[in-house]
Amino acid sequence: MKRALTCIVCPVGCSLEVELDGGKVMSVTGNTCPRGAKYAEAECTAPERTVTSTVRCTDGRILSVKTDRPIPKEKVAECMKIINNAIAPLPVCVGDVIIKDIFGSNVIATKNINAL
Amino acid sequence: MTDLVIIGGGPAGMSAAVAAYESGIRDILILERDDSLGGILKQCIHNGFGLHKFGEELTGPEYAWKYEQRVHELGIEYKLNTMVLSVSPDKVITATNTEDGIFTVEAKAIILAMGCRERSKGALNIAGSRPAGIFSAGTAQKFVNMEGYMPGKEVVILGSGDIGLIMARRMTLEGAKVKAVCELMPYSGGLARNIEQCLNDFDIPLRLSHTVVQIHGKERLEGVTIAKVDERRQPIAETREFIPCDTLLLSVGLIPENELSLGAGIDLDPVTNGPVVDQDRQTCIEGIYSCGNVLHVHDLVDYVSEEAEIAGKSAAEYISGMSGEKTNITLKTDGKIRYTVPSKITSKKDVKVYFRVADVYRNVKINVLSGGEVIFSKKKPKVAPGEMETVMLKKDMLENVSELSFELEVM
Ligand code: SF4
Repeated sequence: MKRALTCIVCPVGCSLEVELDGGKVMSVTGNTCPRGAKYAEAECTAPERTVTSTVRCTDGRILSVKTDRPIPKEKVAECMKIINNAIAPLPVCVGDVIIKDIFGSNVIATKNINAL
Repeated sequence: MTDLVIIGGGPAGMSAAVAAYESGIRDILILERDDSLGGILKQCIHNGFGLHKFGEELTGPEYAWKYEQRVHELGIEYKLNTMVLSVSPDKVITATNTEDGIFTVEAKAIILAMGCRERSKGALNIAGSRPAGIFSAGTAQKFVNMEGYMPGKEVVILGSGDIGLIMARRMTLEGAKVKAVCELMPYSGGLARNIEQCLNDFDIPLRLSHTVVQIHGKERLEGVTIAKVDERRQPIAETREFIPCDTLLLSVGLIPENELSLGAGIDLDPVTNGPVVDQDRQTCIEGIYSCGNVLHVHDLVDYVSEEAEIAGKSAAEYISGMSGEKTNITLKTDGKIRYTVPSKITSKKDVKVYFRVADVYRNVKINVLSGGEVIFSKKKPKVAPGEMETVMLKKDMLENVSELSFELEVM
């Protein structure tokens, strides 16, 4: 079976073609760099996404956050629920862990907010 | 007298300041109208920034923070909440803020880095009332990502530029139902990766060659009528389709914000709506430079930084009285290539030329001609209006050249 994908690893966005045999990746073509092949492999077996969102701080201000590594794609909605229930303490700096260890990643701050 | 004044503290302004500092200029002042540095990146909380520049995938605020840290480390001076009112041809800047009142700064060199704003034109041509619930995609992005408000629950997006695509995903993740993204053109203006990860991941339909023809609702938006368009981009009546929604986001393009440049008497390019510049990003006024989205709308912030570094370094050389070997070359395009930045070369050095194409073309050759002869050529499997292309011209290719034509050959 063949599957067409768009590589999302970098802005070039190569069109990939994956040759599958019963869920196993046999070959990847169309990628202009090795990261594309790695992406296609993951996308066909265990797709992953980095989640970026916001959480409220204790004083109501909005902090942008991200998962510090991609999480399983099917866990994205669940991850959003956890993020939306979190409250970040102040002050907070870029890189501070806001939620520990969810779906194999930490949710970290991507901006700085001073205590008032 | 200040050596270098930079108008705008977004990615372009900060990169230019750091580059000028690294080229030996110490007396630098950045004027920023918002309450912090970072510009539009502050609301772009998604990732995908910095792959070229830093070799890692950063979110917008993280990318801005990298530069902000450099600005702090180097002790580069900046004023926040400061609105520049005018720039004169002899490089006097008039600005205002609540601390200093109205004040003027005389500069040896100025870098214009004001960025761009969203086109609102798309809204004007649509029939119907103007109820609440219609936002530009960027305004909605600010509401959701910086203020924590959701503009609505059921959304239609007009325009498939990157901001529209990013907002389709963002609104979906926050629980809204994005019913369709309509694109007037037969192709998307956004990056392929954003179609994949922002639309396809969530089964959001992309309706190519479709537009919004009517807005419904009195107080609050109740729905929109969309229709397919023909080759002349005219709506086809039989294809009208009503979509109930409470929110319409417009993502119909960006325009460089050049009121200050015009006031200074700087020539603008009618295609880019940004200043006409040479390889140093110098405008028609000596000592006034321009970079980033105020010069031409970029697809990637990494290229904004790259361009701002050229402007910063060149401004530093100008302030120090350095100048290279002069030349006078005009860059022409063939229509398939819409424009080039720079559009003229005035000094003999290696020049990286950025350009955008008018349509989606496959299997093309990008040719650079001088006097009818091809002096450079490169092949590309695909070019698209949403993506910026580049050609590197080596210094020795510029000998005895007065005009260079940039042409796209479809094979
Ligand atoms: S294959 Fe490589 S070059 Fe192509 S989109 Fe993926 S990461 Fe980018």
